[in-house]
Amino acid sequence: MATETMAWPTPRVASRPFVDKLHDWVTTVDHKRLGLMYIVYALIFLVIGGIEATIMRIQLIRPNNDFVSPQVFNRMFTMHGTTMIFFAAMPMVFGFANYLVPLMIGARDMAFPRLNAFSFWLTAFGGLLLYFSLLGANGLYGAGNAPDVGWFAYAPLTSLAFSPGHSTDYWTLSILVSGFGSIGTAINIVATIISMRCPGMTFGKMPLLVWLNFVMSAMVLFVISPLTAAQIMLLIDRFLGGHFFDTQAGGSAVIWMHFFWIFGHPEVYILVIPAFAFMSEIVPVFSRKVMFGYPVMVGATVAIGFLSMAVWAHHMFTIGMSANANGFFVLSTMAISVPTGIKIFNWLGTMWGGKIQLKTPMLFCIAFLFQFLIAGLTGIMLAAAPFDWQLAGSYFLVAHFHYVIVGAILFAIFAAFYYWFPKMSGKLYSETLGKWSFWLFLIGFHLTFDFMHIPGLLGMPRRIYTYEAGRGWEILNLIVTVGAVFQAVGVLVFVYNLVWSYFRGKPAGNDPWDAWTLEWSTSSPPPDYNFATIPTVRSRRPLWDLKHPDDPDWKYE
Amino acid sequence: MKSLLKPCDRVNDSRAQWVLGFLAVSLSQAAPAFAQSVSPLSPTNIFAPISTPADSIFGLSKFVLEVTASIFVVVFSLLLYSLLKFRKKKDDDGREPPQVYGSNQVELAWTVIPVLIVVALFLATARVIATVQNAAAPRNAVEVTVIGHQFWWEYRYPGLQVVTANELHVPVSDPKHPTPTFLKLLSADTDHSFWVPRLAGKVDLIPGHPNSMWIDPRETGLYLGQCAQYCGTQHAKMLLRVYVQSPDDFERWIEEQRQPAHLSAAVEKGRHVFETTACINCHAVAGTVANGRFGPDLTHLMSRDTIASGAVPNTPENLRKWIQNPDATKPGSLMPSMKLNDQDLDSVTAYLATLQ
Repeated sequence: MATETMAWPTPRVASRPFVDKLHDWVTTVDHKRLGLMYIVYALIFLVIGGIEATIMRIQLIRPNNDFVSPQVFNRMFTMHGTTMIFFAAMPMVFGFANYLVPLMIGARDMAFPRLNAFSFWLTAFGGLLLYFSLLGANGLYGAGNAPDVGWFAYAPLTSLAFSPGHSTDYWTLSILVSGFGSIGTAINIVATIISMRCPGMTFGKMPLLVWLNFVMSAMVLFVISPLTAAQIMLLIDRFLGGHFFDTQAGGSAVIWMHFFWIFGHPEVYILVIPAFAFMSEIVPVFSRKVMFGYPVMVGATVAIGFLSMAVWAHHMFTIGMSANANGFFVLSTMAISVPTGIKIFNWLGTMWGGKIQLKTPMLFCIAFLFQFLIAGLTGIMLAAAPFDWQLAGSYFLVAHFHYVIVGAILFAIFAAFYYWFPKMSGKLYSETLGKWSFWLFLIGFHLTFDFMHIPGLLGMPRRIYTYEAGRGWEILNLIVTVGAVFQAVGVLVFVYNLVWSYFRGKPAGNDPWDAWTLEWSTSSPPPDYNFATIPTVRSRRPLWDLKHPDDPDWKYE
Repeated sequence: MKSLLKPCDRVNDSRAQWVLGFLAVSLSQAAPAFAQSVSPLSPTNIFAPISTPADSIFGLSKFVLEVTASIFVVVFSLLLYSLLKFRKKKDDDGREPPQVYGSNQVELAWTVIPVLIVVALFLATARVIATVQNAAAPRNAVEVTVIGHQFWWEYRYPGLQVVTANELHVPVSDPKHPTPTFLKLLSADTDHSFWVPRLAGKVDLIPGHPNSMWIDPRETGLYLGQCAQYCGTQHAKMLLRVYVQSPDDFERWIEEQRQPAHLSAAVEKGRHVFETTACINCHAVAGTVANGRFGPDLTHLMSRDTIASGAVPNTPENLRKWIQNPDATKPGSLMPSMKLNDQDLDSVTAYLATLQ
């Protein structure tokens, strides 16, 4: 062989035009890309919803403030609630499900990739439609702007008589449209889990995240329908001379409440069950132990799924139902705390006797446990109907449900972001920045939502753009607003961490956490086709079996 | 039935009320709280009941808080303990800890115990629901019909032929010989909710769905609250003021409210402006041609401490400013500005000031 070295020319591939790359993303049917689009979309709306909340908090920082008018404030709480539930939390949850479920069951994509894309774009369009209301119609007072009827839009406030113009119509249509998107994704998840699990993966061997998203999706299929029906009836009232909810013509305001809350209560379980899913994947890995009580966790989740559809009228304890009706819903609501509590105990049981690593995902999970416990306990207080007669419609209730949605669900979502970011991006995030984002957000969360319970106990109702001095609410509202600032900074640090790490992070490798489910057997990020060969599994933790051939799970499960 | 209506032990109540209320507000109001330690920590504190429905709720809430606090202490201790005891140590040997898949006994235990707790809580709750909701009105109860409007409260005493607005007067109720007030709750437009925390839990006013509630306040005074169901732009300033009076004072107030409007020749001009402008389309003044029902009855406007449903004190300046442009006081209020010139404005204000 010759001894000289020849400079081998580096192959130069022409980089593709940006428009081509954009076209790829817009026309994609790949579950991973759609999942990422759902997640980024949700993150943007999370920030927008946060800005709406901050505007409200500034207005409420002192009594009789005039930062915004009552009209603007009422639009803020309507948009904040609608945005956060329908365009931040739901897409976030569907995004992670979309990304992870096929990978975790050893499949190459969802059952219906084009339906997947269609559902995403419907949801995305719904959100844009809601915000188009800001530009929408001109005209009468209250008409040409964002909806201001509250996120649950009680009748008859939403009738043409009390909400002229089109702001309410934008609210109705945006939820109607994105509801179809939710149904499409739910169908996809259910079909994928039923028919595309890899060989050896029976229902009893699926990761808990897969089980929980299966239950969540089944619930979506049941409960979006009453919401859609209610929206259609409202449109008929407003446009076609109907009187479903028009009390001036014999319609029923209470029927709207039933229709809405039959959707609305299971909806919050639809949001929290994926949070449970994240907990059930992350806590075992960072405790270095198998999930304690897998079959009980599945059973409890199915029980929650069914029970959640029997509790809705606890949102209506003050509307004048009979003592028997109130009593029934007290019982069903308290009953649902049993399987929910069992889950908390099982996560504790998983940590017990383990070797807990306090990495950023685990920090968020531990905070989840503490906060979800408290949220559940304030839920029990609200379930006691007479106590609810004081607490409902007050800031105690607002504090309770933010404790669930932010303190539990959002914290679990942050944990999921940090845990799967290396898989999705191929890079490790900065652990230092991660811990900073955790502590900042934790402090802000507790400043805001711990203290928010107290004005409720002292008689402060919700949805008020200002309040009287001398009720004992002033300094509490100030503290609540200060906490919002910490949360905002925490979220900014989080976003910065993601962006910086995406460009500058160390390569993550396939399995940075030494975890046990199938997604960690692919490269980071996974190739388009996920798996070169479809794996065969023998237990709930296929990678544990590979890493511990002398001590595999299938011997003990 | 009577024993169910008996308020709980007063001494324990006030102590618990102080503990809870103090905990609630001490963090925020440190120094002033000590200075004001005699007056209520908040005029709308749900833990400071002075009427039986609020008492029953308070009693139940204490039980629920005790149970939930105990659960919190147990579970939180376990969480804290596991975090401290089972953290990965610095000198860890890298081996995985024993993998425990589950335990049927443990699962059974932490299923059965919560079920028992739920049963106990449910029974306690059901009892209070029945006490409050199924109470029948005694013969001597005062009956009031409350009609919610955007954004004010209409009060009618059908048995006593009184129609008034925004400030509810009721007689004090001696626990030994109760004279409760039973309220029928209706709405003229959207949903509202009647919430005066120290008197009772809130009950909604829903059009087409009449509700009822009752109160039996045992201490005279003024009790505050506000609408607790979002009803539109000025939901925030649909305030509640309940005046609990001695039986004599209440009788006197009723007598005054039943009289037709004072007629004073000095304000003839103002009355003429009032009666020939659109004012009478919405407002009623008994004994005159004004019989509109969309807005508050003004027959005894000057007997009230506030106007605009508690939003501002009832002074001549505030009254004039309100008539001139309601939006300046309560933006989004449904009363339009009548665009009166200054003289008409002054004369109408002067006329209204005679409606004692």
